[in-house]
Amino acid sequence: MNVNAEPLLKLTGIVKQFPGCLANDRVDLTVGHNEIHALLGENGAGKSTLVKIIYGVMKPDQGEIRFEGVPIVVQNPAHARQLGVGMVFQHFSLFEALTVAENIALGLNDPEDRKDLRSRISQISASYGLPLDPDAAVHDLSVGERQRIEIVRCLLQKPKLLIMDEPTSVLTPQEVDKLFVVLRRLASEGCSILYISHKLKEVRELCEKATIMRLGRVVAHCSPREKTATELAELMISSQLKSKAEKRSAADEAPPRLVLDRLTIRSSHQFGTDLKDISLTVRQGEIVGIAGIAGNGQTELMDALSGEVPAGRPETVMLDGTPIGHLGPRERRKLGGCFVPEERNGHGAVTTMTLAENAFLSGHVRAALARMGFVDQTRTAGFAQGVIERFDVRTTGPRAEARSLSGGNLQKFLVGREVQQHPSVLVINQPTWGVDAGAAIAIYDAIVHLADGGTAVVIISQDLDEIMLLCDRIAVIAAGRLSPPVPVKQATVAQIGLLMGGTAASAEGEAARKEAAIA
Amino acid sequence: MLRFEPRGYSSRFWSFGSPILALVLTVIVTGAFFALMGSPPIKAVYTFLVEPLLSYNGLSALLVKAAPLIMIGVGLSLCYRANVWNIGAEGQFTLGAIFGGGFALLFPDAPWQLAYPTMLAIGILGGMFWAGIVAFLRTQFNANEILTSLMLTYVAQLVLIYLVTGPWRDPMGFGFPQTAMFSDAETTPTIIPGTHIHLGCAAAPVLAVLVWLLLTKSVLGFQLRVVGQAPRAARFAGFSEPRLIWIALLISGGLAGLAGIFEVSGPIGQLTTSISPGYGFTAVIVAFLGRLHPIGAIFGGLLLALSYLGGDAAQIDLGLPNAVTGIFQGVLLFFLLGCDILILYRLKPRPSLQPAMSPAE
Amino acid sequence: MIFFLTSFLISVIAAATPLLLAATGELVAEKSGVLNLGVEGMMLVGAVAGFAVAYGTGSTILAVAAAVVAGAGMALIFSFLTLTMLANQIATGLALTIFGRGFSALAGAGYVGIAGPVLPKLHIPIISDLPLIGPVLFGHDALIYLSFAILALTAWFLYRTHAGLILRAVGDSHDAAHAIGYPVINIRYLATLFGGAMSGLAGAYMSLSYSPLWAQDMTAGRGWIALALVVFAAWRPLWLLVGAYLFGGIMYLSLYIQGLGVPIPSPLVSALPYVATVVVLVIISRDVRRIRLNQPASLSKPFHATA
Repeated sequence: MNVNAEPLLKLTGIVKQFPGCLANDRVDLTVGHNEIHALLGENGAGKSTLVKIIYGVMKPDQGEIRFEGVPIVVQNPAHARQLGVGMVFQHFSLFEALTVAENIALGLNDPEDRKDLRSRISQISASYGLPLDPDAAVHDLSVGERQRIEIVRCLLQKPKLLIMDEPTSVLTPQEVDKLFVVLRRLASEGCSILYISHKLKEVRELCEKATIMRLGRVVAHCSPREKTATELAELMISSQLKSKAEKRSAADEAPPRLVLDRLTIRSSHQFGTDLKDISLTVRQGEIVGIAGIAGNGQTELMDALSGEVPAGRPETVMLDGTPIGHLGPRERRKLGGCFVPEERNGHGAVTTMTLAENAFLSGHVRAALARMGFVDQTRTAGFAQGVIERFDVRTTGPRAEARSLSGGNLQKFLVGREVQQHPSVLVINQPTWGVDAGAAIAIYDAIVHLADGGTAVVIISQDLDEIMLLCDRIAVIAAGRLSPPVPVKQATVAQIGLLMGGTAASAEGEAARKEAAIA
Repeated sequence: MLRFEPRGYSSRFWSFGSPILALVLTVIVTGAFFALMGSPPIKAVYTFLVEPLLSYNGLSALLVKAAPLIMIGVGLSLCYRANVWNIGAEGQFTLGAIFGGGFALLFPDAPWQLAYPTMLAIGILGGMFWAGIVAFLRTQFNANEILTSLMLTYVAQLVLIYLVTGPWRDPMGFGFPQTAMFSDAETTPTIIPGTHIHLGCAAAPVLAVLVWLLLTKSVLGFQLRVVGQAPRAARFAGFSEPRLIWIALLISGGLAGLAGIFEVSGPIGQLTTSISPGYGFTAVIVAFLGRLHPIGAIFGGLLLALSYLGGDAAQIDLGLPNAVTGIFQGVLLFFLLGCDILILYRLKPRPSLQPAMSPAE
Repeated sequence: MIFFLTSFLISVIAAATPLLLAATGELVAEKSGVLNLGVEGMMLVGAVAGFAVAYGTGSTILAVAAAVVAGAGMALIFSFLTLTMLANQIATGLALTIFGRGFSALAGAGYVGIAGPVLPKLHIPIISDLPLIGPVLFGHDALIYLSFAILALTAWFLYRTHAGLILRAVGDSHDAAHAIGYPVINIRYLATLFGGAMSGLAGAYMSLSYSPLWAQDMTAGRGWIALALVVFAAWRPLWLLVGAYLFGGIMYLSLYIQGLGVPIPSPLVSALPYVATVVVLVIISRDVRRIRLNQPASLSKPFHATA
């Protein structure tokens, strides 16, 4: 056992300033040997920036980094790798058109490291329980398999410190367990782990030490197992924000407003998922959640619901009894459908246009914002202003460009834009992705209020907590199929996790399901 | 070391300043070119840019040259705003001339009230037809419109050569590759007597205003702008991308065709093998100089028309080859594209690492 | 019969070579994510530079070198504007063509109608005189052999070396490449300069061997056809060979038909290569899946390292 007096990594007084944002404000961090250390904080706390500094992607404006006691200036990621730091990013740096072996080769600059690469990949990946075929093309792989590439790539360089940035947001609960086994083994073998997450349960399960950040500052160093999840949460969040949204139940016999009948569509995206036989009924005043890991058909489902992709037979999608499967977005809006897509930039909104113009984008149908082929500027600005006021959007006014808004504010505007149109049916894909806690609460309140008024709401989300909080019933989408919805009160996280695993390529998924079925 | 840092918004100052800075830099570089070719730079730049403006003849020639540039440039501004890269305006100009000119040659004796508007309309249809091919290939077969519209430009030129040296050649033209002159009924009238300023010169700015209104105030214009900036958002809004591609190409093709028929029925008076000194390509620069704004195209068109006159003046007065026009235009576009970065980015010194705080804590 | 076949093959090879050279260069640039529409302009500048230096020094070797430098110089202007100043790649490529046409016309004004030195053809005693295979395989000038060699080297570089892998990675995802630590901008500069050098070389071939003379706009759209070729080949080097020779064949066909005195008017026959380009583009582009699978995903997208 290496009893080195110096800690493995010691950061002191790190400062990093971006235009308009102090991402790291005199941050201190110490990671010891054989340690699994959590870096906790909400979106926007500064965690990603800090680890990018450790990994050499950017340099700090001030502060010192010591690696095994020696002060270091990390020049770039290659240098970081030489020092023994490996990083698995939240958003993978993978090249879709290349093979597994080629992708890994790209992270290895020393030709020595690239010798016998394919056989070494097979060997290491199998030995750690993360099997990979070196000649598979990345675009054929599932998200969990892609993460394995990132991990194996790091392992091949025998790191001393492995940084993992939100690794479990793309994994089923069963895959998370397997990952933890690997991480614990690595830590015991001499590779410390710096584990970034905002998921308190996982952190308490896995990590011995934690550094908690909030708004760029370190607010606490602690041992997660000695604190309750609530205590940790309070340290992470700036105020005692409580959502007024409470779990509600809609009347069982309310009339159906949105009905999907065996919806089957071939994906138009390059590496997309085909939808198979999706059926769903959403009643008046009901909120139905569709859970699932990214890449299982959510985008295709959203496109089919909004009308961007036609659904074949008109009766496959019915809105208040009217077949709409063959109709485009404008016609669907006329009949009462409103939609908030996953991607704000370039899909839900045009970032270079003003809020008024963005309001016109979806609102021109139901809010009658055009007159005789011309845009009614006054009405449009008024509509936008109404949204801004009602939903507390922090901006200078309807003439502000969409890109000048923060993520949370823009999302509030986009949700508000749809809500102000008094829809019969509202479909939202990832309602609070990349959104700060305050805006998220506002959005939840708006959704619940809408449902109380009789609107049928569908929420597609990767965030299970959010769905459990808001929804009456929950279904899971996996590999393009939808599980039968169950009331949220009756659903358990384990059950949903199994459904999320679905018919994924991994054989372990099969085995795990069999196990669970027997148990 | 300097680096570019995103502003996070578009700078209004530089939206106007960038073309002006580009022009200043271009003048300097062009002056240097003149010096390299053995001409005193200041005199040469004066001959190139100022002299043509100093006589009534020069001003009239300016407006005549500017008319097609503005008309085509306006259409291209609209097209490029919709992210449809129509590079074949030269071919659409040619087809407008061919269609309209063909009508004129076919019906030389018809009364002007009927013949003249019809000739213009058919010219517009010619340009639309040629651009329509590009739209068809793009929407049906996903064929890149840059390459197809360009190829069609070469084809159009060859069709023109064929017609003018073959079936449409003037039997009384002494064998020259040209058609008969158009009849009076089908000649575009001059609107200011004593000059060559013709109807097209008045039509061009009017069309610029109309297209500007379309682009900024109408629903269709909004749709075109959205599809150009964010095609997924356009789909989200229910705007049909293929339909908008067709419309963008038909409008820009029609305007180019109109410019073509005005040119051959006005200043030229007939069809020949060379009816354009590259208006369709220069109009690309006009569009960018005007920041893809139809009204800006008016100023861009005037400036680039000046560069044509300047090239001729440089040839006559200074003995320089009039290819200096091409240099001026190309360099202007270079500088314009380079200076544009200042609208979205600012120059800042690269931050240097500051020393660590005391190691004790 | 042998004579016809010989002259046919020689002519097709000659017609295909500038296309192959320019397309190979552009393929490398596009594989790194850069769309350079200025090929036509770079070819013209290469052609005039090559001719001028050949005429002035009498040395075709210096001339070819000058053409390469000229083409790369044009590509440098393009790279600076698009990679450093983040200008729109499509507009800048067009600007390069417009400038190239004007500049070459200006620089070449004094060389119109003059005969200059021609690239010497290979001649191996006895072997080059064999019927058919002699002239067809052993009777060409250096640039033709070079075009094959460069294509082979390019294919080897892209698919068998680590550096080529890095270049392909940059074209697939410049953000991921940057995250790993590769100098995206520098790699793109190099790829684009190579493209320019090759376009210059293609131009030199035109003015020193194919025509051989200088005339304004002498490339007559070959640069654009080379761009179409890259799409036709779905960004795979060996398919460039097929495409270049297909088009070389069509260009030869167009001249041949005119020579036959067939009653189709000559301008319309001259239009054949351009129409064929459109047809080929349409056929290839229909297969949206193949395009998406092979087109470099970050093609023509500007890259700015956000801190």
